[in-house]
Amino acid sequence: MSTPTVPMRRRPIIGWGLHDGLVVARRNLIQTIRVPELLFFSIVQPVIFVLLFAFVFGGAIPIPGADPSAAPDASIYRQYLMPGIFGQTVAFASAASTVGLAEDMHRGIIDRFRSLPMASGGVLLGRTFADATRQILVLTVLSITGLLIGWRINNGIVDAIYAYLLLLLFAYTVSWVGSWIGLYMPNPETAQTAGLVWLFPLTFLSNAFVPITAMPTWLQPIAQWNPISSLVLATRELFGNPTGTIGEAWPQQHPFAYTIISCVVLIAIFAPLAVRRYRRATAR
Amino acid sequence: MSDIIVAVGLVKKFGDVVALDGLDLRVPEGTVYGLLGPNGAGKTTCVRILTTLLKPDAGAATVAGFDVVKRPNAVRRVIGLTGQYAAVDEYLSGRENLRMFGDLYHLAPGYVKERSQELLERFDLADAADRSLRTYSGGMRRRLDLAASLIAKPRILFLDEPTTGLDPRSRIGLWEVIKDLVADGTTVLLTTQYLDEADQLAEDIVVIDHGRVIAHGTSDALKDQVGGDRLEVIVDGREAVVTAVEALRPLATGEVLAEVADHRVVAPVSGGSTVLVDAIRALDAAGVRVEDVALRRPTLDDVFLSLTGHAAEEES
Repeated sequence: MSTPTVPMRRRPIIGWGLHDGLVVARRNLIQTIRVPELLFFSIVQPVIFVLLFAFVFGGAIPIPGADPSAAPDASIYRQYLMPGIFGQTVAFASAASTVGLAEDMHRGIIDRFRSLPMASGGVLLGRTFADATRQILVLTVLSITGLLIGWRINNGIVDAIYAYLLLLLFAYTVSWVGSWIGLYMPNPETAQTAGLVWLFPLTFLSNAFVPITAMPTWLQPIAQWNPISSLVLATRELFGNPTGTIGEAWPQQHPFAYTIISCVVLIAIFAPLAVRRYRRATAR
Repeated sequence: MSDIIVAVGLVKKFGDVVALDGLDLRVPEGTVYGLLGPNGAGKTTCVRILTTLLKPDAGAATVAGFDVVKRPNAVRRVIGLTGQYAAVDEYLSGRENLRMFGDLYHLAPGYVKERSQELLERFDLADAADRSLRTYSGGMRRRLDLAASLIAKPRILFLDEPTTGLDPRSRIGLWEVIKDLVADGTTVLLTTQYLDEADQLAEDIVVIDHGRVIAHGTSDALKDQVGGDRLEVIVDGREAVVTAVEALRPLATGEVLAEVADHRVVAPVSGGSTVLVDAIRALDAAGVRVEDVALRRPTLDDVFLSLTGHAAEEES
């Protein structure tokens, strides 16, 4: 019997890893469009957070350092709140990666991917890329919600673009963490919980919703070094929103640099861990 | 013909559970090879090692001459895998699924397009090609799954329980497709717990239990191993059963079994149709009225029962 020959694609300029990543990302983004319910609720959840925090806690959380005579407190809190919500929302993007990969494993599609002669990082590259890309839409809807309740971009369009890019970089980073967790999950139901559980302490032990100065003294260093705090602080500065009192720790003094360093370090740790795990992952 | 899959002494343990306990396998090129065994016998573990998804704890295997541990990507280029679940994307259409897998095999885009259309037509999915898989039936999904594993014209196709959970009509449909593939020269390694499926498709059958090969041969050879044919007689009453057993005993090559409630007597015999004539004469001489008589080949169920001491489809 002669071996059937099939015409192969020429090696693309971007390399096979990125090529495979884009193929899988396209698949994941098509899923997003085909299941509008999921997209809808992933947008509705942060919008509800905005409304709850703005109208329930809004008047009760004073922002130190803000000029009390400038406007009523609730309005200042809304300016303060929105970058916090942005930060929390992009951090929660990682849960989608956790659940998505757990589902793929459960359905046996990871087995099939692994039996293909594709780059071993391709599936994870596609997953993280698609999950971060989806955040563009989520951030757009959130920004419009913010604008409607009185949040403003005060520092011009260039700084605002930097702020959004920083948020997307962070979304991409946590997607790698979420992917790594997802590959350990025995089923999608467990992933649903495990994907979220670490995010609550991470986002609440930060300056996202309340100023760090309002926390117990022993918690403050943790909050100051939390990458979410530097992300949110950098975003506040770039949008020209009230920042509250800025802490003494280095990350608080250099939030933009610290956020980028955190992202680079986290990807350098979790991407190889996730790829290693992927090579052994199999449906059960 | 050369052996396209060779496995020697494969061992795989999951904690305390020994899934494979020194499994040997030689699959000649261009055949359908049936890997038969009950649940938990080690069939899926074997397929996962040969398709590079799992590493063996001991032993070695080559597929198309490539070592599965040392050259996994070379192996992946020549194989197709269809697992126990339809591992296709639920939200994409049939065509989009095939395009994705074709792209991931690094096939030329123009070829992927052509080959997808060809496969969709061949698997009777052309009308549903552009619909999301959520509208597909179980049988359609399995057919698409099989199409996806064929996109790169693999030399070796692994089918791990391809018809589990399908209705009889879809099963027979899938069998036809598999038969066509072999006619094209593809080597197929098929695992199944359905004995009739192995009987239908596989030329060579390996029976495994507890991670080891316990029998090997063609379907006919395995049946001969159990011994000859089965003569089945239905008599007209309970009392006649005892008389019939006595009358058939001299003709039987083994123990004559009586199922009194069904008025049925089963005797292992050899000698083909002449024994049928002898049996009817003997029964007539003993005054037994026969309602039905048949000479049948032992089924793989008989084979399995005599080899393992338990039926194929019961949990082990």
